[in-house]
Amino acid sequence: MAAPEELKYTSEHEWVLVEGQVATVGITAYAAEKLGDIVYVDLPKVGSTIAAGKVVGEIESTKSVGELFAPVEGTVVEANEAVVASPELVNADPFGEGWLIKVEFAELPELLSLEQYTALTV
Amino acid sequence: MTEAPPPDVKRSPLHAVHEAAGASFTDFAGWLMPVRYSSDLAEHHAVRTAVGIFDISHMAEFLVEGADAAAYLDHALAGRLSAIAIGQAKYTLLLTEGGGIVDDLIVYRQGDERFLVVANAGNHDPALAEMQARVSGFEVVLTDLSDAIALIAVQGPVALAVLKATAGLAASGLDDLGYYRHLDGSFDGIPVHIARTGYTGEDGFELYIRTDAAVALWNALTAAGAPLGLVPAGLASRDTLRLEAGMPLYGHELGLDTFPEQAGLGRVVAVKKDEFVGKQAIEAGPGEDARVLVGLASEGKRAGRAGYAVYSGEKVVGEITSGALSPTLGHPIAMAYVDRAVSAVGTPLEIDVRGSRVAASVVSLPFYEREK
Repeated sequence: MAAPEELKYTSEHEWVLVEGQVATVGITAYAAEKLGDIVYVDLPKVGSTIAAGKVVGEIESTKSVGELFAPVEGTVVEANEAVVASPELVNADPFGEGWLIKVEFAELPELLSLEQYTALTV
Repeated sequence: MTEAPPPDVKRSPLHAVHEAAGASFTDFAGWLMPVRYSSDLAEHHAVRTAVGIFDISHMAEFLVEGADAAAYLDHALAGRLSAIAIGQAKYTLLLTEGGGIVDDLIVYRQGDERFLVVANAGNHDPALAEMQARVSGFEVVLTDLSDAIALIAVQGPVALAVLKATAGLAASGLDDLGYYRHLDGSFDGIPVHIARTGYTGEDGFELYIRTDAAVALWNALTAAGAPLGLVPAGLASRDTLRLEAGMPLYGHELGLDTFPEQAGLGRVVAVKKDEFVGKQAIEAGPGEDARVLVGLASEGKRAGRAGYAVYSGEKVVGEITSGALSPTLGHPIAMAYVDRAVSAVGTPLEIDVRGSRVAASVVSLPFYEREK
């Protein structure tokens, strides 16, 4: 689990951990808290290509449905099967065990810093 | 996902208590109310297995007093309120002349000439206006007590034990108080109206007290309940609890264009009364092609939500009004208005869940019924 200040963010409440050419993507603690108890997660298939800004998955709570937007363009190299089996991991550890997908990318778009993201949530 | 409530939002007299308990808030019908304290699911399960405490002070209360109070309510509302005894409560409807539903209400008879009417927060203005408009010709005074009364619900199988253990709460006859019955108690000398009613499908009580005593009562109930597993519960769990119990929510299952019969509430309307607002329209009925409310159950985890279309083959036959993955049952449940032709229990249907079809079948309501 990376410290929140080491991560990049999107205005759609995702966090992105960049390691080389692979981006690990999850939703922020703020988003998980707003959704409530997450009971269902639908993730893109490994090997699929995703386009930045497009809806690639769903995160459902008892109360509502959140969409997972791809923060980068690239190929899904891993989807977190543990959260598919146990969606509550997203609430319990949104920045760690609750990660959602890993995406191999060629070019990283402009993303938000922690400070910029936090400014959106107050 | 914006946090900032509108500047004119109302706050419950218990707001500071909820903030201290770490609640998240939501704007509900113009009120900033707790949506959850910790976890929707934990709060839901606590109410099913032990007990939860809800602040529902946003609800509207109108007092009806006067020599014609009972006759006035028989005219203004769908039920025969003159027939209920002091100490009894009745679920009823405020109808339009056209037979649609302005609001669903609970009416408590507190005296021969005194009734307390509880309306939904979101319908405070239209319900009050309609009830006021129907006063003409009756010797009755209608008073809006909404801002003077706080309402606390204690719901769950051990709710009675919590009330009995609450310091300062005096209520004789609580043990024998039946469902939809109420009594007058006191808390540290302050009058409390205690009713065995609720919106969760569990045993429980609703306590009406003047706003300046609400914090002390909440704290006393919470202190007494803690050893019994009591948790504060927010509106998110209240919604999944009432959905499992098959209870309608105004704006979802009920509305101005809904006839009671469509919502399965035909029994609530006393059609044999000589006269009441909406009688002619109710007698004419909503028409053969009017959809009816059903329960839908499906497998898997993907729940149909309000507004999702219901299909039979390639034909749209209905629309969901409320839906969630049932925390108690573990599978998705929904209430939907569907064509009568496909409303029989067991009918296989499909829900369009954001572009993909999920199989569902019509089931009888409620989805969940407590053991009695």
